[in-house]
Amino acid sequence: MARFTYAPAPESRAVVDLKPSYGLFIDGEFVDPVDGDHFKTENPSSQEVLAEVSSAGPADVDRAVAAARRAQEQVWGPMPGKERAKYLFRVARILQERSRELAVLETLDNGKPIRESRDVDIPLAAAHFFYHAGWADKLAYAGLGPDPRPLGVVGQVIPWNFPLLMAAWKLAPALATGNTCVLKPAETTPLSALLLAEILQQAELPPGVVNIITGAGGTGAALVAHAGIDKVAFTGSTEVGKQIQRILAGTGKRLTLELGGKAANVVFDDAPLSQAVEGIVNGIFFNQGQVCCAGSRLLVQESIAEGLVDALKRRLETLRLGDPLDKNTDIGAINSMQQLDKIRQLAASGEAEGAQRWSPACSLPERGYWFPPTLFTDVVPAQRIAREEIFGPVLSVLTFRTPDEAIEKANNTTYGLSAGVWTEKGSRILHMASRLRAGVVWANTFNRFDPSSPFGGYRESGFGREGGRHGLAAYLKGTFGSDRA
Amino acid sequence: MPERVGGMDLADVARSEISLRRFLHGLPGVDQVGADGRAASLATRSIKAGAKLWAIDTAISMVDLTTLEGADTPGKVRALCGKARRPSPEDPSVPPVAAVCVYPDLVPYAKTALAGSSVKVASVATAFPSGRASLPVKLADVADAVAAGADEVDMVIDRGAFLAGRYGLVLEEVRAVKAACGRAHLKVILETGELVTYDNVRRACWTAMIGGADFVKTSTGKVNPASTLPVALVMLEAVRDFFDASGRAVGVKVAGGIRATKDAIRYLVLVNEVAGEAWLEPDRFRIGASSLLNDLLMQRYKQQHGAYAGSQDFSIE
Repeated sequence: MARFTYAPAPESRAVVDLKPSYGLFIDGEFVDPVDGDHFKTENPSSQEVLAEVSSAGPADVDRAVAAARRAQEQVWGPMPGKERAKYLFRVARILQERSRELAVLETLDNGKPIRESRDVDIPLAAAHFFYHAGWADKLAYAGLGPDPRPLGVVGQVIPWNFPLLMAAWKLAPALATGNTCVLKPAETTPLSALLLAEILQQAELPPGVVNIITGAGGTGAALVAHAGIDKVAFTGSTEVGKQIQRILAGTGKRLTLELGGKAANVVFDDAPLSQAVEGIVNGIFFNQGQVCCAGSRLLVQESIAEGLVDALKRRLETLRLGDPLDKNTDIGAINSMQQLDKIRQLAASGEAEGAQRWSPACSLPERGYWFPPTLFTDVVPAQRIAREEIFGPVLSVLTFRTPDEAIEKANNTTYGLSAGVWTEKGSRILHMASRLRAGVVWANTFNRFDPSSPFGGYRESGFGREGGRHGLAAYLKGTFGSDRA
Repeated sequence: MPERVGGMDLADVARSEISLRRFLHGLPGVDQVGADGRAASLATRSIKAGAKLWAIDTAISMVDLTTLEGADTPGKVRALCGKARRPSPEDPSVPPVAAVCVYPDLVPYAKTALAGSSVKVASVATAFPSGRASLPVKLADVADAVAAGADEVDMVIDRGAFLAGRYGLVLEEVRAVKAACGRAHLKVILETGELVTYDNVRRACWTAMIGGADFVKTSTGKVNPASTLPVALVMLEAVRDFFDASGRAVGVKVAGGIRATKDAIRYLVLVNEVAGEAWLEPDRFRIGASSLLNDLLMQRYKQQHGAYAGSQDFSIE
């Protein structure tokens, strides 16, 4: 019997115009760092160096914050909302027009499959700009008071897992509400943000409204601690989030944090099982599991556990791991050596602590950072792989017997970002959703995002919401309720 | 899911209307949004170069070349059979199609025209396409087709009975037709466009398979919507799960509205990734179509020569 082997179908790299070296985007221009240095960013699937990027030092952060302040006070703050909206709509349209270029660049720098950058990251980034452009002249009707005001200058630090999408999540609401921004992309994935800077130039956004300073943790720390900013918005690890909160304590600066997670994906025996299998796969293997809201703990009702795990294994056998630019690739590369080490270490702890490890037969490319889709069964709540965020393609399978036990186990975590419920019983969905301590609860689906739907966490997953009307509140003052400043 | 049927004797399931109903309603539900999403995601697979050529030849070998019109004549059927035996007279490397599908009264002409070839003769029966006739009439229709030499019989289920919840009646008809088929293979048309929900599609699949179907088939081609990717997904899952439960492989036939090569390839991707490559055989997967064949030939030529041939370079039937 002949096999249906898919021929390579790589997306062309030719659409991307990579420069050998990139400056910092400050006050509407690309400039060399004053006291900073340079570093290289690589393609995690091949370890090929893509470009040299500037690292902003304290003086560069000063410049960026000063430019943002000037722009906020003189241009962007006083500008009527309907005028701000025009810029945001323009950015959204250019993102769509240049979507292929952005998708290829994102895949090169991050290692995620082109299927995801093309179908999820870039369209959602554009959607966030479109959505918030619509709010810019309607803020008085957002239910946040008659005349909500911008906070001023916002420092935003974003992670490497969804580089452009996280930039859009941060910039679009801040800009719609009249704030100006200093954005620090992640060290390993700066390129799409720098292309976004070009797009902002193309949209003729006034200078200083958005400043993009690349660099490592030191740059982020200098930005966060800078006296000239009014708010910090951070997405990243819980550890760094805690440090930021310590630094900001007593300064009067506003803070929103979107941190780690260890989401439970709860499957009841009356679930639509074929779709549950898809949802579990999407929940933990989307973006190689490098997702803060990943469904990394599968809680399955004991009566169907065996069959579900078999079905899941069969499905994992069909996942295609390899060249992220190939349009048929499902699983791409891990973003960095550092992250790969962390995943390996936690997976090893799972085995050492007695869980059963399983991966489909799949060969890993020789160069680059790769980890196969991995399933752990016989996991108990006391093991590290049931408690710690792995941030990789590793699923821990636990079982439960009753709805109460499912809730207890799902909530038995220091995190509280997201959760999933799979059942065809509507009343059970509502019952579970009201008891699961997570900012987002998905029912019969997982990892679905929309700019109109607020996203954010509980407890060690952070605070503040992004998206929707709630997300606007994080960038406005003079508002009702606890956000009154 | 297999575990829901694993260990359960299928004969036991079919013992009474109540046990059948309980079984069908005990099958896991299908979430429509999820099934649509999965099918849409598989439709983004990009099939290029050698893989595309392989897929085109495989699709050609799975075509049930069909004519089901009131205006069909012996001449029309003979022409179609010529095309079926040798889809491209200029290129002998093109495989013949799987079968020719006609109304029962035209089976003898098809049988004669296809004598000595590997192409099977399929006949619709059981008061196709509506199925609104009494069982004796339906069985006579089948007997007629089989007596004329049909290798395969495409029956329609009683959708009215199914939607009224009388699953036992549907099952009994499938069984009776299967018995009347003798050595002919039985394809059971669910007419999914009339069943509407994916839960119904899954239940109808299982009813047909328990009743002895050799194939489950989406549509008559006379009702809109006919075959869709998500419906095919649900059916492919059903045959896969039935194989796990019973060890018997049932095929899937998609029919209606499949005209373009890219659509055919999307179905093959679905077969490959849902039921598995064992289903990528004409014994287990068919595409009921008429105009699709020439598009496959045109794309095949393009793959081999780098440029399209004109439409007049391919025989109309």
